[in-house]
Amino acid sequence: MLEIKKLSYSVKENNDILKDINLKFEDEKIYVITGPNGSGKSTLVKIIMGILKQTSGEIFFDNEDLTALTIDERARKGISYAFQQPVTFKGIKVRELLDLASGEKNKLNNHCDFLSTVGLCAKDYLDRPIDDKLSGGELKRIELAMAIARNAKLNIFDEPEAGIDLWSFDNLIKIFSSLKNATNIIVSHQKKILEIADEIILLKNGEILAQGKLNDIAPMLENDKCGRLRGENE
Amino acid sequence: MNNIEKKLLEKIADLHSIPSGAFNLRKNGQAVERQSTKDIDIVPKKNKSGIDIIVHPNVKNKSIHIPVIITVGGLNDLVYNDFYIGENCDVVIVAGCGIHNKTCNTSSHNGIHSFHIGKNSKVKYIERHIGEGEGSGGKILNPVTRIYQKENSVMELETSQLSGVTLSLRKTYAKLEDKAKLIIHENILTTENQTAKTQFKVDLIGEHSSVEVVSHSVAKDNSYQEFKSDLIGKNECFGHVECDGILLDKARIISIPKIDAIDNNASLVHEAAIGKIAGDELIKLMTLGLTQKEAEDYIIQGFLVN
Repeated sequence: MLEIKKLSYSVKENNDILKDINLKFEDEKIYVITGPNGSGKSTLVKIIMGILKQTSGEIFFDNEDLTALTIDERARKGISYAFQQPVTFKGIKVRELLDLASGEKNKLNNHCDFLSTVGLCAKDYLDRPIDDKLSGGELKRIELAMAIARNAKLNIFDEPEAGIDLWSFDNLIKIFSSLKNATNIIVSHQKKILEIADEIILLKNGEILAQGKLNDIAPMLENDKCGRLRGENE
Repeated sequence: MNNIEKKLLEKIADLHSIPSGAFNLRKNGQAVERQSTKDIDIVPKKNKSGIDIIVHPNVKNKSIHIPVIITVGGLNDLVYNDFYIGENCDVVIVAGCGIHNKTCNTSSHNGIHSFHIGKNSKVKYIERHIGEGEGSGGKILNPVTRIYQKENSVMELETSQLSGVTLSLRKTYAKLEDKAKLIIHENILTTENQTAKTQFKVDLIGEHSSVEVVSHSVAKDNSYQEFKSDLIGKNECFGHVECDGILLDKARIISIPKIDAIDNNASLVHEAAIGKIAGDELIKLMTLGLTQKEAEDYIIQGFLVN
């Protein structure tokens, strides 16, 4: 279980990016963090991964205080993070990052499993460099394949639907369902993703505005205009 | 051969024993062993140090090894190797030089290579340079490569200098006739106070000739690298130079491009990017469980090897 206590984050230019956040994420559940742009969603998940450091407050993962741990230490504790904008490299191949993600040298059938889940053929992609010659959609799918290969206890996905190209959202939903044994925290605006959440956390101006099921939250999203609920076609 | 020599040979030419094909092994300024085959003649030069390597027309899927090792200090080795590749060939040439210098006297190797590649032939040339040995004496390598490609020929040059060379000046000149294609991949790592300079000049004289140069450099500590390229398009042709450098510590890399489209149908591109390792690359690898140092090494390894 992940627990966030009294977490705040501010920078020189903005004192209140996150304000006194208290949250509990239980095992084997899907949480979707939503809210308007600039509400602090990505900041919050970056702080959980250790990419950003909170100004104050604590984060506990399986009752262990993560506050002083580096990104890699948190990764080794079982936290996985899929980037909103996948990172490209010069010279590192898809096969190598999948092996790094899973912590072992995989056989072809394992690579096939990881990549076919995101609609890619291992034969065509394993030896391709993860660079800007791949399209945004391909990079995003490889990013998701890495999350699958990680087989982590806690998966964080920052806007997994962004740039997913022609590949359908239904497949994306299937991925989250396949990661049922883990806790999943997904930053998203996408209605179909909100629909599969066990709990939705609505952020606005760095504060938790509401928490609950889609039925409870959706009217707030539409009425309040604080986090436009996006349809599949948007 | 002693263990040091065997290890050097393995590092520069992947050789664990004497190769079965054509080869010439040069050690400490002398040719020590040589073998021609029915398809490939290796002939010592009469008036100067070096060899002529003559590959008969239509020879395919053959390899030639011409490694050089230096295991003494105070040696200044100069050698001229000329390759004459017949028409319709497809060969792999593995060269390179390893210097193991445990003395305080500088040793250097100056390999002057020329390639005359016949019509429709394909040559892959792999050249690795390394320096090692705990002595304070310099390990200097100054390879010169001149490439003359006939119509529709392909030359792929893979050159790497991945450790220990204190000073190097690598000069490459190429002249490409119609539809000739030249691909150059260069990987250089410098550390401590090392200096590595590279100069490319390519004359694209033939119609539809093309050149692709990809240079990956990593400079650490106080080392210095310089990359100069000069593409001259004298016909309808294509040239692309990509120089990417990663800087660590107080190192410096300078890229100096020159592209000259004399024929206005020539298409020439130069791209250069030099800087430290991108923060998001490190973060990504750290989210996969690597420490910052491991992530740095992983990025550098991938950058230089792949």
